[in-house]
Amino acid sequence: METAIDKTGVKIGMWIFLYSEIILFGGLFVLYAVYFHTFPEDFAEGGKELNRIFGTANTLVLLISSFTVAASITAVQRRKKGQAIGFLIFSLLCGLAFLVNKYFEWGAKFHHDLYPNSDLLLDSEPGFNIFFGLYYTITGLHGLHVIIGMVLLSISLGLVIRDKVTDQRYAMLENSGLYWHLVDLIWIYVFPLFYLVL
Amino acid sequence: MEQVKSFYETPSPAGLTGIKAWLLTHDHKRLALMYLWAVFFWLVLAVFLGMALRLELMFIGETIMGPEVYNSFFTLHGVIMIFLFVIPAIPAIFGNFFLPIQIGADDVFFPRLNLFSWYLYMIGGLVAVISLFTGDGFADTGWTFYVPFSVSTETNVSLTVTAAFILGMSSLLTGLNFVTTIHRMRGKGMGWLQIPLFTWSLYATAWVQILATPVISITLVLVVIERFLNIGLFDPARGGDPLLYQHLFWMYSHPAVYIMILPAMGIISEIIPVFSRKAIFGYKGIIISSMAIAVAGSLVWAHHMYTSGMSDVSVFVFSLLTFLVAIPTAVKVFSWISTMYKGSILMTPPLLMALIFIYLFSVGGLTGLVLGAAGTDIHVHDTTFVVAHFHFVMFGGTGFAFFAGLHYWWPKMFGLMYNFKRAYISAVLAAIGFIFHYIPMFILGLQGMPRRYFDYLPQFETGNFLAGFGGILMVAGILLMFINLWVSFRVRETATADPWGGTTLEWSVPSPPPLHNFVNEPEVLEYPYDFSGVLARAAKDKG
Amino acid sequence: MSEHESEHILSYGFLAQILGGLVVLTGVTVGVSYIDWGFLNVPIALFVASSKATLVLLFFMHIKFEGMVIKVSFISTMLFLAIMISFTFWDVAFR
Repeated sequence: METAIDKTGVKIGMWIFLYSEIILFGGLFVLYAVYFHTFPEDFAEGGKELNRIFGTANTLVLLISSFTVAASITAVQRRKKGQAIGFLIFSLLCGLAFLVNKYFEWGAKFHHDLYPNSDLLLDSEPGFNIFFGLYYTITGLHGLHVIIGMVLLSISLGLVIRDKVTDQRYAMLENSGLYWHLVDLIWIYVFPLFYLVL
Repeated sequence: MEQVKSFYETPSPAGLTGIKAWLLTHDHKRLALMYLWAVFFWLVLAVFLGMALRLELMFIGETIMGPEVYNSFFTLHGVIMIFLFVIPAIPAIFGNFFLPIQIGADDVFFPRLNLFSWYLYMIGGLVAVISLFTGDGFADTGWTFYVPFSVSTETNVSLTVTAAFILGMSSLLTGLNFVTTIHRMRGKGMGWLQIPLFTWSLYATAWVQILATPVISITLVLVVIERFLNIGLFDPARGGDPLLYQHLFWMYSHPAVYIMILPAMGIISEIIPVFSRKAIFGYKGIIISSMAIAVAGSLVWAHHMYTSGMSDVSVFVFSLLTFLVAIPTAVKVFSWISTMYKGSILMTPPLLMALIFIYLFSVGGLTGLVLGAAGTDIHVHDTTFVVAHFHFVMFGGTGFAFFAGLHYWWPKMFGLMYNFKRAYISAVLAAIGFIFHYIPMFILGLQGMPRRYFDYLPQFETGNFLAGFGGILMVAGILLMFINLWVSFRVRETATADPWGGTTLEWSVPSPPPLHNFVNEPEVLEYPYDFSGVLARAAKDKG
Repeated sequence: MSEHESEHILSYGFLAQILGGLVVLTGVTVGVSYIDWGFLNVPIALFVASSKATLVLLFFMHIKFEGMVIKVSFISTMLFLAIMISFTFWDVAFR
């Protein structure tokens, strides 16, 4: 590693890691596909319980944060340190907003007795229970990835502030960005599959 | 060239001394040796567990252990053998050591990540050990952790599953490292068609590790979630489908079979041409078949589920696809045999073990077709026939390839040569024991003896006794083999840089190699198995 | 490693256009979900989602400017995912 850093190689490594994340969620999407095939009505019923406003808001929050993360890389490439820091802080705030939103959304569900193993779900249609089981598993795992993504972005932010990330060397920021986009990518599918099923 | 300091004498990063020079190293060779010792430990432990199972079965009735202990023991034997030995052994030890050298690189692409993978491996092993002594006993589910039993059993499944999860991460990161290394760090003149076949097989394996391992990760996570939150995703009473667990599980675990066997085939593809003094037959054919196995192996997972109650259509489709895998596998076997045809065979312990591999693996592969055919599978499903089949492939195949690789590369890794005679005896003893051990199990399986029971009906006694007898011989052979290798540290008969007359780059560097592997820019052959140079040198030495 | 490193700088304006496209598509997917298209419901939702994903991948994640290795391996990953889901239906759809 004494020689010049092979940026392409680092990026290949990061992408391979992203593939593994995609397949990780892929396993859950297999379950979703099969259960949706088995219980289409119950899934539509379950989807109506979810709040579209919350869902749409969270989608927009993630999309905007993806944009600002991409923009922060442009800023670094153009040596606009201040702008890059601004974009990253804004992205982190978006991530936080997403989590707060999720917290209230889950809280509301819990309030309506819709949580794993609740009496309501135990007594309801099997498909309805599965829908919420998958909902909590997938959004929970996704939320965990949002948190990991925020940690990565915070580390990158620290590196930008300390001039460790520069227009010559920004692999860490770029890879954190890729991770953040992946989180967004998964949400792009989660959103219609859970909130918009008819 | 000889006075260059070996990697044992040059720590990396520089300045580290003593144990730190090992535990914090970034050197792929030191990491490979650290894996070697850890894998040895687990292998020996699991061999003895397997031996204990076999001894229990040697005589009818309860002899040395009761049913609960037996269930935990076969689970432990399976988990250790699969996740701590067969999957990591060849890529993590020989892959780490030789992949960079074979492509003319000085290390893997992410050396620190490589160290991290080793720690994950150790932590995974540690968690498995902890799960033995905490909670209500080690998991008794078998290594497959099938629901609903794995969700409802009182034993310590959650921790065992966590261990498997961590080990999966370790394997995945090793694969990630290898792919990146092969893409970005090939030396000058090392095009794709100059890469040795062992490295090619690791490349195919690495992709399977990357794409299949996450499936098991999520599956195991789901088991833990079910145990703690009881969502009911696999509970039929609440809309779940337990068969989906099996789909997800085998979506990884069948490709994992190719994670286990592909690198083994790579080792054989190295050994056969060297000791036949002849270019490998079908270099490109073997590469293509490696990639084809990786692809086709991902399409056949449900052939583990013929009797599970899935649809007839899928039984048909998966059975058909399963037969496809036999084609690239056969391409390899025929290529090895054709390589030896009219070669100038030089018998050595690695070659003998490679030949044992070809025989045992072929039996394993052909009995696999019996199981792949839906009709016959229904007769032998969940009998000892299946156990015998996969031991022929996993142990007769991967295990013996591991032994062959160990004897092939031992002089390179340690710069020491072992005693040939003892190596031959141990290999023959292990092979004969192996045959006595598993052939009776084929017959018992056909007669209907189910697997995973600690006791059996009286008519199965002869076969089980024979199997136990063979097991003892086999374990004796393996122990002799390891003792022989250990003795080489005492005798200290030094090995030359190229004791076998190999053509791949690892034989062009000193034994053991220096820290950065190469002293001079390596000279890459246009064709990696061109023996004209080796033969010319041998002729010159003679006269 | 002689191939050109992807020092592709995307302007703020261009990135904002992509974001605009994504927001519009989000509106579309929410909008069409109020209409019952029968069996087309899921295909439409997935089509819109995939269009959004493609935008994110190509531009935010720079795939458009990466070398063949990443492009090909990404497509292979998607194929593997497709196999995981579709082959399971050999079983589920024919029970």
